[in-house]
Amino acid sequence: MATVLAGLQEGLRLLLSGDPYLWDIILRTGQVTGAALVVGSLLGIPLGALLGLTRFPGRRLVQTLIYTGMGLPPVLAGLAIYLLLSRNGILGPLDLPWIPKLFTPEAMVLAQVLIATPLIAGFTMAAVAGVDPDLRRQVEALGATRLQVAWAVLREARLGVLVSLVAGLGSILSEVGAVMLVGGNIEGSTRVLTTAILLETRRGNFDLAIGLGVVLLGLSFLVNLGATQLQGKGR
Amino acid sequence: MTRRGTLLLAIGLVMLAGCGEATPTAPPRLILATTTSTYDSGLLDYLLPAFEEETGIQVEVVAVGTGQALELGRNGDADVLLVHAPDQEEAFVGMGYGVDREPVMYNDFVIVGPEEDPAGVAGLTNAAVAFAQIAAAEAPFVSRGDNSGTHMKERRIWLEAGIGPEGDWYISAGQGMGAVLTMAEELGAYTLTDRGTYLSRLAEGYSLPILVEGDPLLFNPYHVMAVNPEVHPNVNYEGAKRFIEWLTSLETQERIGAFTHAATGQPLFHPDSEAWRAAHP
Repeated sequence: MATVLAGLQEGLRLLLSGDPYLWDIILRTGQVTGAALVVGSLLGIPLGALLGLTRFPGRRLVQTLIYTGMGLPPVLAGLAIYLLLSRNGILGPLDLPWIPKLFTPEAMVLAQVLIATPLIAGFTMAAVAGVDPDLRRQVEALGATRLQVAWAVLREARLGVLVSLVAGLGSILSEVGAVMLVGGNIEGSTRVLTTAILLETRRGNFDLAIGLGVVLLGLSFLVNLGATQLQGKGR
Repeated sequence: MTRRGTLLLAIGLVMLAGCGEATPTAPPRLILATTTSTYDSGLLDYLLPAFEEETGIQVEVVAVGTGQALELGRNGDADVLLVHAPDQEEAFVGMGYGVDREPVMYNDFVIVGPEEDPAGVAGLTNAAVAFAQIAAAEAPFVSRGDNSGTHMKERRIWLEAGIGPEGDWYISAGQGMGAVLTMAEELGAYTLTDRGTYLSRLAEGYSLPILVEGDPLLFNPYHVMAVNPEVHPNVNYEGAKRFIEWLTSLETQERIGAFTHAATGQPLFHPDSEAWRAAHP
């Protein structure tokens, strides 16, 4: 119990005193997960809308793939990206400038995109499918293009889309296995909150680990608070 | 899209841009794959700034088990390795994956266990005999089970004892040293640990005592080597060579010898490079 209290105290002290090590990690966590969320939503929202609004051959298969992806163990996504980017892997040997190198923040973003996209697409699909079909018919009757119809339906389903973003963010913010594998937990480069907690626990620095944990918990709380606030205004 | 949505997207894009800035590609990266023991003990944090200042090369440390470190080298995903599993290292160099292998330092392993010592191994100086007694008593033993250097050493001792450990008493954890020490403490079990990690935990109030030490079999040497640039042309071989020269130089070796565990003041690693041996015959 004394360890926990001392840890909480030390964690808060580090946070409030602007400890550069801690803040560097917080900032990088924000950058990596933020970038992954943007890319994941640019891919996932249109994909979810497409699947929820249209019928095409192979749609069932894509749906099944997305549901599988939603339950994908994140560390498996990490392994996949590792095998993709390794210098002895699939894309790594090509040595192209736009392919991220292993042990860089970009590689971590890629792994997180792979984790978050199916979640965003899946929840968006469900939200879009839940919109009253009459709305669609009305907009179509007004002579809207397919893109305009999709836009109108997405607007109507915005709460569900927001939930999909929160689910995506929650999954990558709290994930440790994949980012450890492809990021390598390098200080000042690929160390994020979850991998830092793992390291400090391993080192026996429980106070710092708890401090980082408090920050992670706080961030997660803020994200969800923001989401519920937006939801309230949307009604 | 609502104005708020646009704002969120803008924030995201700014973060994305910031992410690119955070990784300037100008100086060549030198990726050092090493074991958790050298990193978690704080040794590298203590040594590396001098190298970075001297050469301008930024060392990026990936701390994993020795098995994974060798695998990273085999795939060309690391440039230089600092590991502690001599048999596997020799095989690694023999297969052409590693070059310029040099001794760096050593420390030792110890066997820790519960105060009550149900297997009666306290005070033994023969690790294989101790392992045989633990197996005979079927006293709980936690194994790293992760192909780390410590795990490889443990398997070597079982081999020496002529025992294939099996049964409910033998717990294969698949975790790092710190986690395994915690498990052993919670379960009242025996385990094999490197002295450095053990001392770090001791300072935090760890309760299991050292029961067996001093067997030459428990000797734990660390070697550094470069990943072969002929196998992986993309590795930073120049940086790796400079790193090896620097790490084995007399000056750095003296700093390794002077490094002590912060809380206990005990030395954690003993320098052992060619240059050191020449200066201290």
